[in-house]
Amino acid sequence: MTITKGEPAAAPGAVQTAPDATAATRPERRSHVPADGSASAAAVEQARREMLHEGPRQRIKRTRIGADALMEALMLQGADTLFSYPGGVILPIYDILGDYPEIRHVLVRHEQGGGHAADGYARASGKVGVCMGTSGPGATNLVTAIGTAQLDSVPMVALTGNVPAALIGKDAFQEIDITGITLPMTKHNYLVRDADEIPRVVAEAFYLAKTGRPGPVHVDFTKDALQQETAAEHPTLEEVIAGLPGFRPTVEGHPKQLKMAAREIEQAKRPLILAGHGVLIAEAWDELQAFAEKTQIPVAWTLLGIGAIDETHPLAYGYMGMHGWKHVNRAIQSADLLIAIGMRFDDRVTGSVRTYAPYARIIHADVDPAEIGKNVAVEVPIVGDAKRVLEGLARLAHEVDPATRQPYFEQLAEWRRESEGSSWHGSGAWRDGLLSADYVIGRIGELTSHQATMVADVGQNQMWVARYAGFRRPNSHVSSGGLGTMGFALPAAMGAALGNPEAETWAIAGDGGFQMTSQELMTLAVDRIPVKIALLDNKKLGMIRQWQEIIYAGNYHSSHLPGPDFLKLAEAYGIPAFKATTTDEVDATIRAAQAVDGPALIWFEIAEEQNVLPMMPAGKGLSDLIETWGPEE
Amino acid sequence: MTADPSTEPAPAAHAAPPPARDLPGSGEGQRHVLVVLVLDRPGVLNRVASLMRARNFNIDSLAVSRTDREQVSRMTITLHGDAVRVEQAAKQLYKLVDVLKVQDVGATDQVVEHELVFVKVRATDQNRAEIIKVVELYKGRVVDIAPESVIVEATGTESEIDALVALLRAYGIKELVRTGAVVMLRGAGSIEEALKWEGPAR
Ligand SMILES: Cc1ncc(C[n+]2csc(CCOP(=O)(O)OP(=O)(O)O)c2C)c(N)n1
Ligand SMILES: [Mg+2]
Repeated sequence: MTITKGEPAAAPGAVQTAPDATAATRPERRSHVPADGSASAAAVEQARREMLHEGPRQRIKRTRIGADALMEALMLQGADTLFSYPGGVILPIYDILGDYPEIRHVLVRHEQGGGHAADGYARASGKVGVCMGTSGPGATNLVTAIGTAQLDSVPMVALTGNVPAALIGKDAFQEIDITGITLPMTKHNYLVRDADEIPRVVAEAFYLAKTGRPGPVHVDFTKDALQQETAAEHPTLEEVIAGLPGFRPTVEGHPKQLKMAAREIEQAKRPLILAGHGVLIAEAWDELQAFAEKTQIPVAWTLLGIGAIDETHPLAYGYMGMHGWKHVNRAIQSADLLIAIGMRFDDRVTGSVRTYAPYARIIHADVDPAEIGKNVAVEVPIVGDAKRVLEGLARLAHEVDPATRQPYFEQLAEWRRESEGSSWHGSGAWRDGLLSADYVIGRIGELTSHQATMVADVGQNQMWVARYAGFRRPNSHVSSGGLGTMGFALPAAMGAALGNPEAETWAIAGDGGFQMTSQELMTLAVDRIPVKIALLDNKKLGMIRQWQEIIYAGNYHSSHLPGPDFLKLAEAYGIPAFKATTTDEVDATIRAAQAVDGPALIWFEIAEEQNVLPMMPAGKGLSDLIETWGPEE
Repeated sequence: MTADPSTEPAPAAHAAPPPARDLPGSGEGQRHVLVVLVLDRPGVLNRVASLMRARNFNIDSLAVSRTDREQVSRMTITLHGDAVRVEQAAKQLYKLVDVLKVQDVGATDQVVEHELVFVKVRATDQNRAEIIKVVELYKGRVVDIAPESVIVEATGTESEIDALVALLRAYGIKELVRTGAVVMLRGAGSIEEALKWEGPAR
């Protein structure tokens, strides 16, 4: 049988061989992490090339079992990387993994790291990320990563093993009702008890994960399903679709709705586009720019909409929401029309809905009908894929002469000058000459020519990345928005680096989040994944400290966070590390890290009490920003 | 140190401050009946129930049964909420891969709606005949007679059953079970026929 990447296979009968095949006749196992330049590395490369391009598939000298069907199915879906950690019930998979060198197995140090890596891989590449863990604790360790992918609509397939079917429900060793756990936090999930089901279920899982509004799909396999012999064939795409009669996402915006939207756009005097993650998922950045230019409407973006438009574009206005730019929130509060594309009016974006955008009519386009009207009532709902909707809107809308928007543009420019010119950010040294986090982020942006993939963690560091890095390329910004998962950056950057190897990849993490998943440093070292880590160490759970300072009257508790000597830590993992404590050390350390061929870490000792401002206190509205705090610098 | 919350001045074009934006789903609640056709796959009831719980919708009653189509089951969910909220419930249900069709029939009077009740009522030789008479007036019937009790069976709309139960309470209710409502559109129209699915491939 020949299996071609991404295409349905022919009948798998050819894989079946005489039952007398024994382990002794198996091809030699290959390590999945061969040393660079070694013979085994060359062999892996050769095998991969043969498999994916021209060469014939090596015959497997043994019967085909469920685990084989799984690996074939992954390859048919175009998966090339599997972030995983072994355990008893998935050992049948590990037993045959050596026969599939075309799939790069990355042995993570914690299943959560594997899950976030699959997530980062998906966000940076636009493809489906795949992670795997064993039953019980292996599976529950994946849960946080699955939840992260669910809330951010990331296409991911999470695989877990479970105890043999006969033991299910018996509280067997390492048995947990993991499909019960992931049921409310996946797009769909499966428990597979029969090897013959594996090809269909895996094909469905990938199709569901990436089609319509993407999301994680979890497939749990009983151990015996992985071990049974099977001749089950892989379904065609048509068969997959026919087997999912309840899944028919709407892609094309309704012409009547598009026409209504075009009319609204025509009449608006102060329109604003709100670009969300949907623009990036639909790869609609060109369509967004074309629509904005034709109609001369400025673009604001959500956290996950960063990169939907080049931030240096004249119509790119800025990042909105709780820690967004004041000028952007002002523009929303005074807009007469919001054109929301692929975003969901999350509470971090709207603040109090009652006072949100009080003068605006709203056009809301999303591929998920349930998002429309969920958080805010809208005048023109459009269900459809962002790309198609933007194309449709651009077609229907009339060309607008920028001169006619002059007063509006002048107002926006003035607000922007005022908000960007505030002395509360961009200052390099913060109080007492201490290193300012926003300065560090700005320099990383500059020195990577704004082309690197930047993976943020959660907390103040995440907001500084969103505000100050200056993004110009789609999918160059990766962040856990919906779930806000600390510990995301390092493992997700690991996946992002493999998902888009062309781009330099940076993980930007706070000292708190970094310490949640820092064990993946070893994965970076062993697999030589060239992630550069910028550790913004304020020796604090900075965002918690900020809330305690501003909202809880300075009643600090548990926000001071002693950490280890991060240079020694990195050294222990064999990762080159650098340290910067002053403004003038910043560029040199960034350059030094960039010069390392492989992973590297920079320990930035930043000011301990710098706040992210402005800030919209929870429950307040976009017009209630706290802009300054403490003594003026 | 004090906060300096800036208040956004209204643009000059608007004289009066605008009214507060509506919160979707905060309107007055009414009773709705959702008919949900689902694929009869493992866990589908769990998926529907879990979704309703997680999305904060309170189910008043839920009836599940097979249909005459292979692999298709039917759920009838009654719930309270304003129209937007119930529409949101329907949209969320549609996101379940095993859900084929959702129809809110609560707003129409174009349906027949019934549920079934069993009530075990305390009875004595003195009042047994009276109970039977009351029950017959409500088109119910007695399906079991014992020396100290009778089991009453009745079908009807939710409010008809409520009324009967209220009457029977005077005699003393030992036990009660209701199926929850099932509904069907009047006339030739069929929710099942509106399904765009031909059934499982053979
Ligand atoms: C797993 C997890 N636990 C707790 C939180 C709550 N939380 C949000 S930000 C934050 C502080 C983050 O501190 P650090 O990683 O040092 O970043 P900083 O804010 O200092 O940049 C915490 C605890 C979270 N988002 N995720
Ligand atoms: Mg910190």
